[in-house]
Amino acid sequence: MTESSAHSSAAIRKVTLSERLVILRMEASSAEEVIRELAARLEREGLVRPSFVEAVLERERTHPTGLPLAGDLHVAIPHADVVHVIAPALAIATLARPVIFRNMVNPEEMVPVSIVILMALDEPHSQIEMLQRLAAFFQEPQRVRQVYEAQTPEELIRAIDLLN
Amino acid sequence: MTQPKRVLVACGTAIATSTVVAKAIEEGLAARGIPVITRQCKAAEVPALAKDFDLVVTTTPVPSDLGIPVIQTLAFLTGIGKDQVLDQIAEILRRSG
Repeated sequence: MTESSAHSSAAIRKVTLSERLVILRMEASSAEEVIRELAARLEREGLVRPSFVEAVLERERTHPTGLPLAGDLHVAIPHADVVHVIAPALAIATLARPVIFRNMVNPEEMVPVSIVILMALDEPHSQIEMLQRLAAFFQEPQRVRQVYEAQTPEELIRAIDLLN
Repeated sequence: MTQPKRVLVACGTAIATSTVVAKAIEEGLAARGIPVITRQCKAAEVPALAKDFDLVVTTTPVPSDLGIPVIQTLAFLTGIGKDQVLDQIAEILRRSG
């Protein structure tokens, strides 16, 4: 049985990133496949509404989230409007082979992405510290490599070091 | 007292990347001696809001005919070219009225 999602709202302001929200070496052939699988995990944990997944896919079509980084591993940070989120959480997949996301700054450009971080955010200003840590993480190619090579979900969560 | 410069920070939904970008601009410009006020918005809101700002910094495409300078960059997320972009923003804001 999974845990109940009926926490009180005061208790769930912290960003959730649990082992059940991490997928390692996922075999996927498209960005959509990765987003659907990660969103299903968030939904199963009661962290997002059923509308979340389509909202993310729609947003990705109009405002893509592929980020080409300085190293040879690139990331994407798909997300959706706050109304689809029940409690802030991250779901993360490392991919056996890269899938194509479009570049956030230039949607014409394709970015081969190896790490997908699906963000369910409900109050960005209260999550600024996590977002800044995330940006700092992107800026260090050796840490991105370390996260990509994690052998267990615990190891990935430790390596990405986004939570207090 | 000089007025703080006003920077409009845009991204797709104004919830994630613009939050990081706005904070990085405030800190980076403060370090360059330029006080700034930022406001976050969705890319689609930029045309309606631009007239009240000195500069737009965006992670996602916005119209170019806004009447104020636009910088489109991922530097505050990826770190690539961050100092150069901050210098460029500082230069634009120093020149703006």
